[in-house]
Amino acid sequence: MQSLMSVENLSVEIPVGAGLLKPVRGVSFSIEKGETLCIVGESGCGKSLTSLALMRILPKVARLSADKMEFSGTDLKPLSERKMSALRGNKISMIFQDPMTSLNPSFTIGNQLMEGIIRHQGVSRKEARDRAVFLLEKVGITAAASRLAQFPHQLSGGLRQRVMIAMTLMCSPDLIIADEPTTALDVTIQAKILGLLKELQAEFGMALIFITHDLGVVARIADKIAVMYAGAFVETGSAEQIFNAPMHPYTKGLLSCIPVPGKTERGSRLGSIPGVVPSLINGVSGCGFRSRCPVATEECAIEPDLENVEADHQLRCVHSAEYLKKMTWETAE
Amino acid sequence: MLRFIIKRLFLAVAVAFTVSMISFSLLFMAGDPAIALAGESATEADIEAYRVQYGFDRPIFEQYVSWLGNFLTGDFGKSYYFGTPVFDLVMSKLPVTMTLGFCAITFAILISIPMGAIAATRPNSLIDRVALFIAVVGQAMPSFWFALLMIVAFAVKLGWLPVSGSSSWYHFIMPTIALGYYATPAIMRLTRAGMMEVLGTDYIRTARAKGMSPTKILFKHALRNAVIPVVGLAAVQLGFMLSGSVIIESIFALNGAGFLAFESISRNDFPVVQALIMIFSLIYVLLTLLSDVLNAWLDPRIRTA
Amino acid sequence: MLKPVVNLAEADATPSPAAQMRRRAMRNMSLLFGGGVVLIVALCAIFAGFLAPQDPYQQDLTARLISPIWMDGGSWDHILGTDQLGRDYLSRLLFGARISLFIGVVTALISGIIGTTLGVTAGYFGGRVDAVVMFLITVRLSMPVILVALAAVALFGGSLQVVVLVLGFLLWDRFAVVIRASTKQIRSQDYIISAQALGCSQTRIIMTEIMPNLLNNLIVVLTLEMAAAIIIEAGLSFLGLGVQPPLPSWGLMIAEGKDMMLFLPWIITIPGVALFVLVFSINLVGDGVRDVTAPENRN
Repeated sequence: MQSLMSVENLSVEIPVGAGLLKPVRGVSFSIEKGETLCIVGESGCGKSLTSLALMRILPKVARLSADKMEFSGTDLKPLSERKMSALRGNKISMIFQDPMTSLNPSFTIGNQLMEGIIRHQGVSRKEARDRAVFLLEKVGITAAASRLAQFPHQLSGGLRQRVMIAMTLMCSPDLIIADEPTTALDVTIQAKILGLLKELQAEFGMALIFITHDLGVVARIADKIAVMYAGAFVETGSAEQIFNAPMHPYTKGLLSCIPVPGKTERGSRLGSIPGVVPSLINGVSGCGFRSRCPVATEECAIEPDLENVEADHQLRCVHSAEYLKKMTWETAE
Repeated sequence: MLRFIIKRLFLAVAVAFTVSMISFSLLFMAGDPAIALAGESATEADIEAYRVQYGFDRPIFEQYVSWLGNFLTGDFGKSYYFGTPVFDLVMSKLPVTMTLGFCAITFAILISIPMGAIAATRPNSLIDRVALFIAVVGQAMPSFWFALLMIVAFAVKLGWLPVSGSSSWYHFIMPTIALGYYATPAIMRLTRAGMMEVLGTDYIRTARAKGMSPTKILFKHALRNAVIPVVGLAAVQLGFMLSGSVIIESIFALNGAGFLAFESISRNDFPVVQALIMIFSLIYVLLTLLSDVLNAWLDPRIRTA
Repeated sequence: MLKPVVNLAEADATPSPAAQMRRRAMRNMSLLFGGGVVLIVALCAIFAGFLAPQDPYQQDLTARLISPIWMDGGSWDHILGTDQLGRDYLSRLLFGARISLFIGVVTALISGIIGTTLGVTAGYFGGRVDAVVMFLITVRLSMPVILVALAAVALFGGSLQVVVLVLGFLLWDRFAVVIRASTKQIRSQDYIISAQALGCSQTRIIMTEIMPNLLNNLIVVLTLEMAAAIIIEAGLSFLGLGVQPPLPSWGLMIAEGKDMMLFLPWIITIPGVALFVLVFSINLVGDGVRDVTAPENRN
């Protein structure tokens, strides 16, 4: 069966003064209808650029390349800008990180909600208005009809992000890409927004690519997880596989940083991964993680490929699965 | 918003008063006006007669108050040269100048804003460099020289346009360009800078992600935000154009308030000069007030506060 | 012989910000080209006495309106031709450079001193002082400059000194605005607060900490106002209410040539081009300084 979206070997290059920056290096994944894929990684690992690449709204200086980039059977690579913009906001929508700056301060909420569906689906203003009110109520905004005439600066951050979510749903997209939508919000609001997304997904059935650095969030909503480091996926698999049987030293390191009630002993130190992300200018030599990896060897000087370790569980590491299963950060030090 | 308007109104009135004092004192700066009026061959008695007739023997403050009072009721005094009321004189010439100024600023805006907006979308491209070049050249050209060159080129060599006078709208074409081009660089640069800033914002990225067309993004989403400071600048430039109209009108023999100002200065017709300085200043004060209000109104964040 | 423990040359390998700025200045096209032209004009002005082939005031009614060298009837005696009173145009042009540069420099200095003083005071002390200065600036901006300048010159008589003084006392507004903004911005920096905490007097702080940092913006505005003063003086002289004949102000030369411009366009083109080139170059210098000292402000 054909996946909703299928990407192979996606790369992004940006010429900079010192050479060629490669923030995204050979990313591949697929996502099915109604599924939630979480891309996890620390700041600067390339996850946001990946999402922009999928929508083809990278900055002009960036160059995109991929072996395959398909959505609903359509090859996205050769698509003209006109045809691509017909998909954006229509079949594929995006939510951004900072609700305070993502809305145009000079136009009303209603105007910004309605313009997309009027452009893409040619509905009348009244129909657009009705849908906007419907969705605003769905995302939990009270007095929806009167909100339409308000300006973004009159709403709080949490409300604005709800408006953004409503905006992405206006045209009933098949896929929503969410780039750290809760990072800029309070923790309590975060939980609410996450719950809302999950409900909406259950009701409307769209697929969700959720980008975050927060494993706690991932645990709540992910079906599939891709762990990203230095521009490449280092481990991908189902949520159960990643959480219960993580393989890659980086994944293990990330998980050990989170305290788990019931499991983590009182007084024990939280893990942290020493070192910094390597420079991505002119590519990375060998495995990007080896400068920080406790089990790095000379073999790590050649970057391994992403390979299947079990069904649907992929790993990019020179070490064998058995060795990694037993490896922990404490024993390795 | 209302409080803002009232505050600005107060400021405008205060400025107007100060300008009126300066304008009034102009009369006394070059010595005794009675002597200037009486002429070179006047006797002491003649000068004294003038002094009494025009009220120069009263204390200065009293003269100022009475002058101001008259001004506010529309009595600008009588022209020394024509002998007719200054008010009528000025009001008959003002429409020409206002028309010229309005046309000039419209011309400047129609050229600068689109050029600045498009240049911003393609930084360092050919069109960007052309736009910046025009701006830099425009800033260095003296307006009177540009006007003369245009006359030589279009009126004489090509015979397309009339040289002088103000009888038809053809007569306004060259003066409009001569007066308006000087505002073009400033407006274009501000538009370009504002657009470049706006085009890099998150909300423009959102508009792209929603699949809006590039024209819509540029002219609806971006321009609407970038143009806010330009409005203020345009109003200020219009005010400056009133000052520049003195030169342009003189060159093209347009029968406006600027030309009147120049002639009155040459003829030492002080009441007319005073009145014109006041009028031009008041127009400028009004324009800046309007532009501030418009500025505030255009930004919803201030409008709904 | 002792070997140095630390090789200071290596240790200090990265150039200082001042050195980096000097390097950028050397490569900046605007600065080099504009500065070069201004320098040439300045040299022409200073050495006009040597360079000019003839006396700019010397009339020769038998040699009136001779064309420049590149047209028919031109001769090497008068490379740029002669005006309607037979005076050599090249000589007048060279001596006219003195007038333009004098006006530009002195006016910019006068208005610069007035405007900077007002700006620093307003920016540093804030509060009511600031409000008063802002009010003064607003009043000044409301006055139609050309009109007031014309009236003032008519009252006090037209001469170089009057024009310079009148313009100097009128063109300070941009100085005040820019310097005020810069002062406010500098004032809020930590090193000013440190100086205050150390008990330095206000004057000392202003002179030693704030002023040097204003220099960059000040230079840019100086060039802008120099250019403005030169253009306005040309306009005033053109209208007959600026520098008086027989002085070879370029604006006056254009005015004197106006009657013949329809038949002999070169007579107004030559001084106009001179004005344009000078003002253009001054603006280039200003742009160059701005680019070099604050590249992030580049358009």
